[in-house]
Amino acid sequence: MKGNFIDNLPKVYGIYTGGFIGFIIIMAIAEQMGMTAKAIGIAFVAFTVFIYALIGWLSRTAQADAYYVAGRQVPTVFNGMATAADWMSGASFVAMAGGIYFKGYGYMALLVGWTGGYVLVASLLAPYLRKFGCYTVPDFIGTRYGGNLARFSAVVVLTVASFTYVTAQINATGTIASVALDIPFQYAVYVGLISILLCSMLGGMRGVTWTQVAQYIVLIIAYLLPVFWISNKMGAGFFPHFMLADEVARIGELEQQFGFVKNAAADLKSVPKGLAGITKAHSAVNATPWAFISLALAMMMGTASLPHVMMRYFTTPSVKAARKSVGWSLFFIFLLYSSAPMLATLSKLSLIDPNLPTGIIGKTFAEVEAIDWYQNWNQANLMFISDFNGNGTLELNEFFMGGKAVVLATPEIAGLPYVISGLVAAGGMAAAMSTADGLILAIANAISHDVYYKIIDPKAETAKRLLVARVLLVIIGFAGATIAAMEIQGILGSVIWAFDFAMSGLFFPLVLGVWWKRANRQGAIAGMLGGLIAGTWYLVWVRTGGSGFLGITQLTFGIFGSAVSLVLMVVVSLMTAEPDKATQKMVDDVRVPSGKSILGKSH
Amino acid sequence: MSNQQKHWEKTRGLLFITLAIWFVFSIGIFLFGAEMNEVTGPFGYPWTYWFTCQGSLGAFVILIFWFANRQEKIDEEFGFSEREDE
Repeated sequence: MKGNFIDNLPKVYGIYTGGFIGFIIIMAIAEQMGMTAKAIGIAFVAFTVFIYALIGWLSRTAQADAYYVAGRQVPTVFNGMATAADWMSGASFVAMAGGIYFKGYGYMALLVGWTGGYVLVASLLAPYLRKFGCYTVPDFIGTRYGGNLARFSAVVVLTVASFTYVTAQINATGTIASVALDIPFQYAVYVGLISILLCSMLGGMRGVTWTQVAQYIVLIIAYLLPVFWISNKMGAGFFPHFMLADEVARIGELEQQFGFVKNAAADLKSVPKGLAGITKAHSAVNATPWAFISLALAMMMGTASLPHVMMRYFTTPSVKAARKSVGWSLFFIFLLYSSAPMLATLSKLSLIDPNLPTGIIGKTFAEVEAIDWYQNWNQANLMFISDFNGNGTLELNEFFMGGKAVVLATPEIAGLPYVISGLVAAGGMAAAMSTADGLILAIANAISHDVYYKIIDPKAETAKRLLVARVLLVIIGFAGATIAAMEIQGILGSVIWAFDFAMSGLFFPLVLGVWWKRANRQGAIAGMLGGLIAGTWYLVWVRTGGSGFLGITQLTFGIFGSAVSLVLMVVVSLMTAEPDKATQKMVDDVRVPSGKSILGKSH
Repeated sequence: MSNQQKHWEKTRGLLFITLAIWFVFSIGIFLFGAEMNEVTGPFGYPWTYWFTCQGSLGAFVILIFWFANRQEKIDEEFGFSEREDE
C-alpha cells in the first residue's frame, strides 16, 4: 500500500471488515460440517482478541504525544467509531436490551441520557479542551486553575469515577470469556485483563484508538445482524426499527390479557439471585416525569464529565474536527442504542406470545422443560420457571430470566445457528474490552502525567515517563481485575455510579473553566472536592437506609453532588480574588479555534 | 467591542439555542410523557415510546452536526478559523 497509514485508513478497515465477515462465513460453514458450539465460541473470541493484540503491537510507540493523544491525527469519522467503542461498554452491549425488556420506559431514560450528553460534550467542552492542547483532563484543570492541589483534586475525582467503571468492564470481559472459553470466572477475569493490556500497553492512546475502531466494527456487526435476522425470521419486518409497531402493540395486548400478577415473597425466595420476571409494561409510561428526567439528566451531565470520553477528542487534528467528531460518535452510538429496544421487543414477544412457535407462556411445565434452549440457559443460571399456583401451565409471573439473556439467548431461542451466538460473544467481548482500555488508560495517564511528571518529577525524560505510564497501566489493570473477581456489585449499577461520581466532582469545574472567566483556583478545588464528598455522602446515606430527598436515588446522587459543587464553586470563587491577567488571557485564547494551543506539542 | 468579544457573544448565542433544543428533546417532552404516549406517532409507535427509542436520539445527532456547522460559520465570519498549517 502506498502513502501513509492515516491516508489508507478506509482501505485498511475496509479489508478488515471484509476479513471479519469472511471469518463469520467460514465459521457458519464449519458449523454445518459439524464443528461444535464450544469450538465456535472459542474460535470467535480467540480470533478477534488476537487481531486486537496484533493492532496493539503494530501501534507501539516511544513518543509522548503518540502515547498520550495518538499524535493528534485521528480523522473525524474514525475517531467517532473509536469513541463509540470506548463509550459502549459491556453494559450497553449485554445489559441494556435486558434492562429495557424488564423495566420498559423507566429504564429507557438511560437511552436518552447516554445520547443527550453528547450535545453537552460538543457544545460546552470538547472543542475548547482540544484547543487547550492538554494530554489529560486533569491537565486542563491544573493549567486553567493553576497549582498542584487543583490538578491533584481532578486526578482524585477521575480515579474514583473511572475505577468504579472499570471493575464493571473487567467483570464483563471475565463473564464472556468464562462462557465462551468455558473456564472458571476467577481465571477468566485475568484472561480478559491480559487481552485488554495487550491493546494498550505498547501503543498507549495510539494503540487503543486503532483497536477501538476494530472493536467497534465487530460489536456493531454482532449487535445488528441478529436483530435484523430475528426480525425477518419472525416475519416482524425486514427493517425492524421502522416496522415493529404491531409487535409493540401486541405485547401491550398480551400484558392486558395475562395481567401483572404479584408473586408472594415466599415464592420469590426460590428464584435464583439476579433473575427477574416481567412486572412492568413494555411501552406504556411507567415512571413519573421526575424519575425519568432526573435519571436522564444525571447520565447526560455524567457523560460530559467522564475523562475517558473527553480524552478521545484530544486526538483529533483540529478544533473543527473535534466538534464534528462528537457528531460522528453519537451517530455510531445511535446505531446500537436505537436497536436495543427493538431487540427487547422481539425477544419478549417471541417468549410470551402463545401464537408463536417459540412462545412458552401458556405451555405446560413439562413442555417447557423439554426445550433444548431452556435447559441450556437454565443451566447457565439465566432462566428459571416455577409453578407457583400449581396449575401445571406456565404463567407470565412464573417465568424468570437474567437481563443478559435478552442479548445472549434470543438468537438461540429464535432458532438462529450457533455461529450467531459466537459472534455475539465476540461483540460483547469487544464492547467490554474497548471501554476497559479507555478507562485504564485514562487513569494511568492521569497518574503518570499529572501526578508523576507534573507534580513529582517535572524533569523526567520521555522514556522514563512512558515507562511509569506503562507500569501504572498494569498495576491499575490488576487492581481492577482483583476487585472484579470478588463480584461485589452488578455491572449496570456500578456503571451508573461512575457517571454520578464524575458529574459530582468534574462537571462544573470543567464547564465553568471555559465559560466563566471569574472561576478561580479556590472555587474549583472547593467544587471538585466538595462535590465528590457531598455525592459520596448522599450515596452512603441512601444505601444505609437514609430516606433521601427530592426523589434523588442512589442512581442519581450526582444531581445532589453537582449542585453542591456548583454552589461551592461560585461562592468560593466570588469570595476570593479573581484569576490573574495571564489566566484570563488563556481563557480568551481557548475560546477561539485559531492560534496556537495553550500547551505546547509535547509538554 | 473587539472582534473577539463579538465572536464570543455570537458563540454564546449559539450555545443557548443549542441547549434550548437539547432541553426540549431530553427533558421538555418527557414532562408530558404519559399524555403524549396516548397518541400514535411515527411508524405507528406511541409518541413517547418512539422518542425514547429513536426520536430524541436522532434529534441529538442532527443537533450536533447542525451546531458544528453553525459554529464553523461563526468562526469564519470573525476570522478565527484554524489554518491548515496550525
